[in-house]
Amino acid sequence: MNVIDMTPSLVLVLAIGVLFAAGVYLLLERSLTRVLLGFILMGNGANLLFLVAGGRAGGAPIVGTTPDEEMSDPLVQAMVLTAIVITLGLTAFVLAMAYRSWQLHGHDEVQDDLEDRRVARHAARNAPAFEDLDTEESGQTLDDEAAEVHDETDGDGDGITDARLDVPSARGDRTASGGTPGGADGTDDAGTGQDEGRER
Amino acid sequence: MDVTDVAKVVVPLPVVLPLIAAGLTLALWRHARAQRIIATAALSLVLVTAVVLLVAADSGPVVVDVGEWGAPVGIDLVADRLSALMLTVSSFVMLCVLLYSLAQGVADGDEEAPVAIYHPTFMVLAAGVFNAFLSGDLFNLYVGFEIFLAASYVLLTLGGTGERIRAGSIYVVVALLSSIIFLVAIALTYASTGTVNLAQLSERFAEIDPGVRLTIQLLLLLAFGIKAALFPLSSWLPDSYPTAPAPVTAVFAGLLTKVGVYAIIRTQTLLFPPDSRVDELLMWLALLTMVIGILGAVAQNDIKRLLSFTLVSHIGYMIFGIALASEPGMAAAIFYVVHHITVQTTLFLVVGLVERRGGSTSLDRLGGLAKLAPGLAILFFVPAMNLAGIPPLSGFLGKLGLLEEGVAQGTPLTWALVVGSVVTSLLTLYAIVKAWNKAFWQTPPVEIPEGVTMPRGMVGPATALVAFGLALTLVAGPLYSYTERAATTLLDGHTYVDAVFPDGSDRGQGESSEVAEDGDGS
Repeated sequence: MNVIDMTPSLVLVLAIGVLFAAGVYLLLERSLTRVLLGFILMGNGANLLFLVAGGRAGGAPIVGTTPDEEMSDPLVQAMVLTAIVITLGLTAFVLAMAYRSWQLHGHDEVQDDLEDRRVARHAARNAPAFEDLDTEESGQTLDDEAAEVHDETDGDGDGITDARLDVPSARGDRTASGGTPGGADGTDDAGTGQDEGRER
Repeated sequence: MDVTDVAKVVVPLPVVLPLIAAGLTLALWRHARAQRIIATAALSLVLVTAVVLLVAADSGPVVVDVGEWGAPVGIDLVADRLSALMLTVSSFVMLCVLLYSLAQGVADGDEEAPVAIYHPTFMVLAAGVFNAFLSGDLFNLYVGFEIFLAASYVLLTLGGTGERIRAGSIYVVVALLSSIIFLVAIALTYASTGTVNLAQLSERFAEIDPGVRLTIQLLLLLAFGIKAALFPLSSWLPDSYPTAPAPVTAVFAGLLTKVGVYAIIRTQTLLFPPDSRVDELLMWLALLTMVIGILGAVAQNDIKRLLSFTLVSHIGYMIFGIALASEPGMAAAIFYVVHHITVQTTLFLVVGLVERRGGSTSLDRLGGLAKLAPGLAILFFVPAMNLAGIPPLSGFLGKLGLLEEGVAQGTPLTWALVVGSVVTSLLTLYAIVKAWNKAFWQTPPVEIPEGVTMPRGMVGPATALVAFGLALTLVAGPLYSYTERAATTLLDGHTYVDAVFPDGSDRGQGESSEVAEDGDGS
């Protein structure tokens, strides 16, 4: 009994990895065409995996043309062939489906399912309940306000870090010239925020 | 010539007959009547074959080497008790669904475009499902899966309406992903063992590195779990099934998820040595599937969606039985599969009738059907109570078996599952009663059309299935002992292997010496 050399080729292994990574990435897309491309890539990755599973490549597995020890494994090739045929058929079907979707909707994006849409509708219906009474007239919701406030504090926070790390040259003199840290902080920060705004 | 000899000859028929019928019906697409006769005849013959196999398999698995090539080299078809039982129930259910859809097609008068492609596709679906049940080879199992999946894509998007394309694209993408995972698992299996024959794998998996084995086991579980709609992998199901035509939804709900369950049973028992970690994982999944599935059902306002969620939920019971990894647990799981195929298909067919009579499946638009159509009410009520597990119906017996074994094992996790099962059962009752109250008892919120006649051809098969569900209760004793024997052979591990390799596992050497080297040489 001779043992088959099962050491895989590095190129094949890398190719499988890349195909699967790209395939998974595309499979997560919304467009059916891209999903299909992802499926094809992954399918080919699986086919290559079969080649690796069959051991090292050898000669044609026909008795008489190749010595027994040098034959490559024909079974995996048969399995890959089957898998390729199946992938081909399914590819044709998904293409037809994408085309039909394009005919009907003008795009081939996979839509949200019923439950997702129901949840979204619920959220929309409940949204007024969270509106702040004070801001109702101005048409602003708490969320909007929070977003704005958040922006300011964001700038503020950045300002402090900027002041400490990046822009000491601009204001370093002032701080050095004896402004008390406690009192000066507020104005300094505001100033930094503006500075930053101008820089951008 | 006794029954085993006959069985040897007829084992391939469940795959071959529907495929031939598919070809013929496709060629005869202009002749609707001929299509109907061929399709019905093919499935009837398969049903007869399945009953023969059911009897023959009781005295030992029936093995056929396709093309006279011995097992490790050639592909073999194996009908053991589990396969034969699944084959019998599924062929009967498919026959009823076919007759129902024939009547519906005739009644709706749309004998043209969709129906012309309907029959060939339905036959291909049948061939794929039966091939999966009979396959003794992991790659052939994959091919069986692909055959019925490809057919199911076509059936689900039949007519190509916007809603069906939307639901279909989710279904197709998820199914494609699970196929790739299955394919990867097969490649890894071949790389680590050098074979894809199930019987040979059951010997070789015991010898390889446990880490690799666990990886392959979990990959297979992942692939089949998507098919069977196990909880974290189940969200595709309630969205895609209800949009299809009633007969299609019925056969999908009844059979396709159960093929996944069958594959889990087959691979977990035959291929892999018992592993308590996997069983524990399965128990958690079973618990989550049951509880979360039924909570989804309670929230639904459409009977079809409600039933889809109960379908997900009740898969949990079968997985519970598998995870118990004991003979009583497995026997109860198999019994539950048989019960659930029947009852779930029946309910979807009856809901098709409800939709026809009431003009809708939304519980907000139905009402008063108990008065308008008392026969329909009975047809709905009986399988609905069966689903909820009201004694003495078959659903109760299956659940009772599971609970008994769960209590007998008595670990905290099995107790949690026992409690979960009971809660799920009660919530199922709640969901079903809610549907019953609204659809059949409340005063109709909108006008229910008068004088809608229901074709006898549609009521007939639905009634036959209801009766079959009741018959399962009547023959529960013999049936349960059959599933117990099936569970015994599944778990003893050697019956299947001995049947495939009667002269020991080196049978390939008798065929040709090169072959033996190839098979052993990994």
